[in-house]
Amino acid sequence: MKNSKSGGINRRGFLRGTLGGAAVSVGLPFLDIFLNTNGNAMAATGAPLPQRFGTWFFGCGMNPARWNPSTEGIDWELSPELLPIAPMRHRMNILSGYSVLLDGEANQVHRTGVFGALCGGAPKTADTVTGPTLDVLISDAIGTRTRFRSLEMAATGNPRHSNSLRDVSSVNPAEPSALGFYTRIFGPGFSDPNAKDFSPDPSVLLRKSALSIVTEDRKRLERQLGYSDRARLDQYFTALRQLEQQLELQLLQPPPLQACSTPQAPVDLPHDTEIDNVMANHGLMAQTLALALACDQTRVFNMQFSDRASSLRMPGSTDTHHTLTHEEPRDTVLGYQPNATAFVLKSMEAWTQFCQTLDAVPEGEGTLLDNCLVMAHSETSEANTHSIVGMPFMTAGTAGGRLRTGLHVSGVGESASRVGLTMQQAMGLNVGQWGADQNQTDRPISDILV
Amino acid sequence: MRYMSRILIGGSILLLVGCGSADPSATGGPLAMRRLTGEQYRNAIEDAFGSQIEVAGRFEPDNRQEGLNALGASRVAVTRSGFEQYEAMARSIAAQVTSVELRADILPCQPRSATAPDDACMTQTIKELGRTLLRRPLSQEDIQLRAEVASRVAEEQQDYYAGLQLALASLMVAPDFLFRVEVAEPAPLPDEPSRLQLTNLSLASKLSYFLWNRGPDEILLAAAERGELAQPEALARQVQRMVSSEHLASGIRAFFEDVFVFDQFEELSKDVTQYPLFNSRMAADAREQTLRFVVDQLVTQNADYRSLFTSNELPMTRSLGPIYGIPVRAVDGWENATLPANQSRSGLLSHASFSMLHSHPGRSSPTLRGVFMREALLCQTVPEAPADIDFTQFTQDVATVHKTARDRLAVHATQASCRKCHALTDPIGLALESFDGIGKFRLSENESTIDTSGNFDGATFSNAAELGQAFSESPLVSACLVENLYRYAVGRKQTNGERRLLRYLEDTFAQQGYHVPALMSDIATSEAFRTATAPSPQAPKAQTVKPQTTYIDRTEFDDKTQLTLIVGKGQSI
Repeated sequence: MKNSKSGGINRRGFLRGTLGGAAVSVGLPFLDIFLNTNGNAMAATGAPLPQRFGTWFFGCGMNPARWNPSTEGIDWELSPELLPIAPMRHRMNILSGYSVLLDGEANQVHRTGVFGALCGGAPKTADTVTGPTLDVLISDAIGTRTRFRSLEMAATGNPRHSNSLRDVSSVNPAEPSALGFYTRIFGPGFSDPNAKDFSPDPSVLLRKSALSIVTEDRKRLERQLGYSDRARLDQYFTALRQLEQQLELQLLQPPPLQACSTPQAPVDLPHDTEIDNVMANHGLMAQTLALALACDQTRVFNMQFSDRASSLRMPGSTDTHHTLTHEEPRDTVLGYQPNATAFVLKSMEAWTQFCQTLDAVPEGEGTLLDNCLVMAHSETSEANTHSIVGMPFMTAGTAGGRLRTGLHVSGVGESASRVGLTMQQAMGLNVGQWGADQNQTDRPISDILV
Repeated sequence: MRYMSRILIGGSILLLVGCGSADPSATGGPLAMRRLTGEQYRNAIEDAFGSQIEVAGRFEPDNRQEGLNALGASRVAVTRSGFEQYEAMARSIAAQVTSVELRADILPCQPRSATAPDDACMTQTIKELGRTLLRRPLSQEDIQLRAEVASRVAEEQQDYYAGLQLALASLMVAPDFLFRVEVAEPAPLPDEPSRLQLTNLSLASKLSYFLWNRGPDEILLAAAERGELAQPEALARQVQRMVSSEHLASGIRAFFEDVFVFDQFEELSKDVTQYPLFNSRMAADAREQTLRFVVDQLVTQNADYRSLFTSNELPMTRSLGPIYGIPVRAVDGWENATLPANQSRSGLLSHASFSMLHSHPGRSSPTLRGVFMREALLCQTVPEAPADIDFTQFTQDVATVHKTARDRLAVHATQASCRKCHALTDPIGLALESFDGIGKFRLSENESTIDTSGNFDGATFSNAAELGQAFSESPLVSACLVENLYRYAVGRKQTNGERRLLRYLEDTFAQQGYHVPALMSDIATSEAFRTATAPSPQAPKAQTVKPQTTYIDRTEFDDKTQLTLIVGKGQSI
């Protein structure tokens, strides 16, 4: 990770350099993104558009026989459970068949699948993972110069519903309410990039001073701690440093961004796991997120539509999505569990709406979605048997022209690490090989990389 | 197995006790560094600045480990967004403390002028408030650093209080405010160089958070500063004082909230069609009802712990009345009630809080309830369930043959791999089926009569009240309390070296009549509580023991806490 170097580069200086046509050495591969945007530069400043990465999670997977498309390539045939994505299919890719290889480890149900895919290896124990999750790796590279390193949201209203972690001792909590999420971004501390005049808030300097006092304590404390507590203290200081960087940015006038506008505060709806509430909160959060991205407040995000072992439920039902996947009889005529499957369709509907929301914001010569790469995923394929073979992955957006879209690629028998490696490379990270043990790979899914 | 060995070891301990043996010497385990819980943070702010300060903000979710958030607190760090919240809270609190309305009440001194620096007053304020917040006297350097920056700001802004705000905020985002960092020094025992003892100040914090769920008060802090806690008699006097304090109730509440996983109430929701009676007020009252009951029994009445499982007394509010079928006179607030005799209710297991929490949003769940009882109340591990069973092979027809939960769960008995787990959880869980998903009494489900009879570790019962009786008589129940309380106190699992101490504590607990405050006092004065082994400077060796082939579908049982990774308690059944 060349993260430390990126901190040393003055982004403004860098952008000026590219503007003036000066030869820019691309020693830091993740900065490629700024150069490879197919001319999609901001008309106002000529500055390249920011590129963003996000994950979109839905729990309890799908029915492989009904979800996986039967044909590959560009004109793949819409399968029954992918029908809801039809309006956006050409902006997406379907990546089927990729699996977390167990490598002799246990299949910790509803856990191994998701952290196997996001961390690049089957977790060895119930309280470990093999590395940081994909979004954290990517935010280390592209998220350091925005106000928020990343933003996490849970449409289920539960801050624990998050898969984003550096390690198990620091799971990034999700914003559980649409209004809270809005306030965090567009409330106090938000500086409109398109505002006519800018004067730095003097309290920001005071806040920085308060933080700098604390760092003096580090050495004294470290001496007293054992290995694992020292690592936790390091994480504390990393978090503190990130806030300092956030404050430094607030002292600078942000460059104007045409796509940025300040939204209205959303209404505070009930947030729980009932499907209608989840859909409504998800929609509100997506709208706020879209403008947060357009205003360059963050470049990394994680949306949880539902949780691992989905606790979504229909009004009036005695069951949750998860209990249905285990207890509902398979309809003898249809051949699948109709009530559990209804949630798969809801998930695909919500995913499509999410992409449409990003696509509704014009940016540069295209839309915000063009300058994003969003990876949709789940923790299982067939939830009934907790299968982590052939799990569902989808992408949307092109990361500024780095990805082809409209394809179905089948990776039967291959490790899901190939998906994660592809995401990192598409976001410009200098990573040639990724994953642990059997899940290690040096082969991105080249079919979708430009 | 476990039961047998307990009897044998218990017997030998009893002999020792008979010979007048005191607390078996055991060195404590590794030092803990624990993140403050939300409640502890609020208490710390109240202790430093008074109760008029509003703490507005969201805390990072706790992390339940081995069944307790108290253990997770020794594992969690601070995330970026968590730190953002801490910083925002610190600024908001500092602004309130220095506000025109409150400053005179809270601050120890007034500056000569509100528009200019005043080094003496600034230094005094940082020194006094910092000592309460950080639970230790500040070093000269700690004070100097803050006072200098604060004075510079006061000068530049011509505002003494702007400088003070900054100094206070820096205290509230400090790592040793947000974390309770235990510090130890070599024990004065030359033959045991690896043995450490907590410093007086660390011991003071450990005591007060264990017994009161808050920082040390002035008396305890002053005693620690004088080094008195190293003397056993002085320590015993402090513990005695603390156990008799009104704050003990907060300590006991915090412990039982943790054991009873009551943090899950934050996200509890029910289907309104299935449970039209349910609302968030009712849920909040149900949680509070159980906690009030526990405090009343264990603190106010100093009752036998086992009576929690048999008592028919229960504080009641009007919103809870319909669940229990009790008319409640009080419009607001609480009144004492007696559980109706015809509902087979008695004790904790029949409380609405348990029924609500350990159910699905739309129906009750004997399995969830059984797992909770086995793990939280009996400290047992429910064995792993297979990951790859295709459950749809068990066709169920709720309308005809599978009307009750017992009917539906019976299919699990047809598969050996299912039976293993469900034989532990379901018989006791089914005893509570007379309480629906929000705890309302019922005789039937889908017009079929509910059978609540069963067998718990050899004792037969016919309903929930009899199961409560069986729990009260089970030695596992009181042993589990001792184990949970000890782990809670030290913030980690017990070490091998501490097992003998736990047996001793169990026996003493029994001999003294199962009084929880006395047990807390025994733990607080034990040698293991105030000693430690040296921390490991190296990374722990990679786990070489592979987990067994499958894990229990924990999310099924604990689907409100996706990131709490409970992996059993190291005891097999």
